[in-house]
Amino acid sequence: MRFLIWFRSIPLIWKLMPLLAAVVLVAPLPFSGGQPTDRHYRVEAARFAYFPGVLRANPGDRVTIELVATDVVHGLEIDGYGVGVTADPGQPATMTFLADRSGSFRMRCSVTCGGMHPFMIGKLQVGQNQWLWRGAGLALLVVVAGAWKVWK
Amino acid sequence: MEVKLQDADELTFYPPTPAQSRRITERQSRFDLTQVRWIRRLMDSRWPLFLARAITLAGFVFTILAGLFGSPVGSHNFAIIFVWLAWWTALKLLFIPLGGRAWCSVCPLPMPGEWLQRGGLVSRSERRLGLGKRWPKALRGYWLQAGLFLTIGIFSAVTLTDARVTAWILLGLIGLAIGLSLVFENRAFCSNVCPIGGFTGMYSQMAPVELRVRDGQVCAEHTEKTCYQECPWGVYPLALKDSSACGLCMECLRVCPQDNIALNLRPFGSDLGATRRSQRLDEAFLALVMLGSALAFAAVFTGPWGGLKGAAYAIGSQAWVGYAVGFLGLNLVALPLVYGLVVRLGQQSWKGWASLRRSLANYAQAMLPLGLCAWIAFTITFALPKLSFILNVASDPLGWGWNLFGTADSIIESANWSFTPLLQIGALAAGLFWSVRLIFQLAAQEPPAHKQWRKAGPLAAFSLIYTLGMLWLLVG
Repeated sequence: MRFLIWFRSIPLIWKLMPLLAAVVLVAPLPFSGGQPTDRHYRVEAARFAYFPGVLRANPGDRVTIELVATDVVHGLEIDGYGVGVTADPGQPATMTFLADRSGSFRMRCSVTCGGMHPFMIGKLQVGQNQWLWRGAGLALLVVVAGAWKVWK
Repeated sequence: MEVKLQDADELTFYPPTPAQSRRITERQSRFDLTQVRWIRRLMDSRWPLFLARAITLAGFVFTILAGLFGSPVGSHNFAIIFVWLAWWTALKLLFIPLGGRAWCSVCPLPMPGEWLQRGGLVSRSERRLGLGKRWPKALRGYWLQAGLFLTIGIFSAVTLTDARVTAWILLGLIGLAIGLSLVFENRAFCSNVCPIGGFTGMYSQMAPVELRVRDGQVCAEHTEKTCYQECPWGVYPLALKDSSACGLCMECLRVCPQDNIALNLRPFGSDLGATRRSQRLDEAFLALVMLGSALAFAAVFTGPWGGLKGAAYAIGSQAWVGYAVGFLGLNLVALPLVYGLVVRLGQQSWKGWASLRRSLANYAQAMLPLGLCAWIAFTITFALPKLSFILNVASDPLGWGWNLFGTADSIIESANWSFTPLLQIGALAAGLFWSVRLIFQLAAQEPPAHKQWRKAGPLAAFSLIYTLGMLWLLVG
């Protein structure tokens, strides 16, 4: 009963805010990807960087990464995909996977390669990064909400 | 029973003043933890705190030994993983947001110095060491702490990855803490020098815990001021306006003969939102340093830019000098300049009656939620994918091939957790909401009552742009 009284006392705009936030976070976005295709990337790994550092693909692409270690042994694992490959210097290694998840995923070295090894990071971007757009939308919404709460 | 009125004045109703109303609301929204019997018992005795401190000090000594004699590979060394991964994550995600300065109460750094200064491990004795000088007034505040944080930040790529460097920094800090305890009174190191103590104290204003007196009148009438005499921090509880200076050691609670000290649970951010008359700029400076450092570290440690990582790591090289200039330029020039401009812009719109200096100091409190939540979001990105390392070094702390608990090769698939971006977005959005609310709240307290958007808009826009920048670095 006390909860109902409390809930009724909340202005309508505040009842709508969580709903609006949920819409921003889950509503489908009007992004269309290109036609699925085969992509081949040659990624050079040297302490403590990948070149190129950012790989792009469309959802549904079949991505092949050829990892070339130029100094010591390096690995490449992709967060969210759970796939990886390891390459010795002078012996490139290859992995192929289907880019079936949209978003931005970190690529990390999986073999201890030196001091900055835990921070040897690259990025795979598949289609549009929906989290970035949703986050930006939520940021705009909370600015209005924060200002509204005091302003009114 | 019949009540005889002596005077008509007794029937007159005087509405409470705004200050009285605020005090009543504050009292209603607090819960005194010392009313819980077992908590009270824990606090009354000095032994539980001593035990906790002894454990952290033993861990600290082991960390230094592991750093000096363990594996040089950072991810296989207890010193790196427990200091920069486990402790740092716990500090940012638990201790500060929920306990304020709770870590300071068990921090091992000031302990040996304090024991010498007080002449005893558990309680004070007459055999005290130290000159007991006052800390110079010119060096008070967050300036030195911000400077030391920036200094460590310039070398962060090596500090965070080289176990020996970590060990030497810890040795240097404890040596400095002991030295300062022997020269100056109270916790001069914690209050004015410790790079962690600075932002911990500043962000503790947002935490849901506070130590306060129950009845100010009782303290005012108590001439001995036992609490002030015994406080290792040199803090007088009646004078506490916020929680930034109190180290939550509970010594005042133990020695108060009137039982007039309360440890309250309170709403988050209770110290923020009221106009401050102080003109101190050190809090604004530290708040901006924390904002700038979060941006820089997010770019270096979680970004895909190999050149930047290489520059941050190659200390002494030309690339590193460029990195250091960029890092210091962002923290010492760019952010303070932009912050000054947006505060000035907001002030111009209402021909502010307060000086720019006072406005800069006043609005700094609105940057605290933004900064703490940015650090929380960064820590999630930084630490979550590496949780396995904690299990691994727990079994093999020195990197010598041991497997004490059978977890040396354990793997937590935390890098693949799909909810991580949601946590990061949630943390950043919460910080932005809180900051914008504070900005408008502070603007509303300045006359005229209208022109809210003009007064608060520029700083709110600055907060939004900062959040979008962090979002791009962490989630993009």
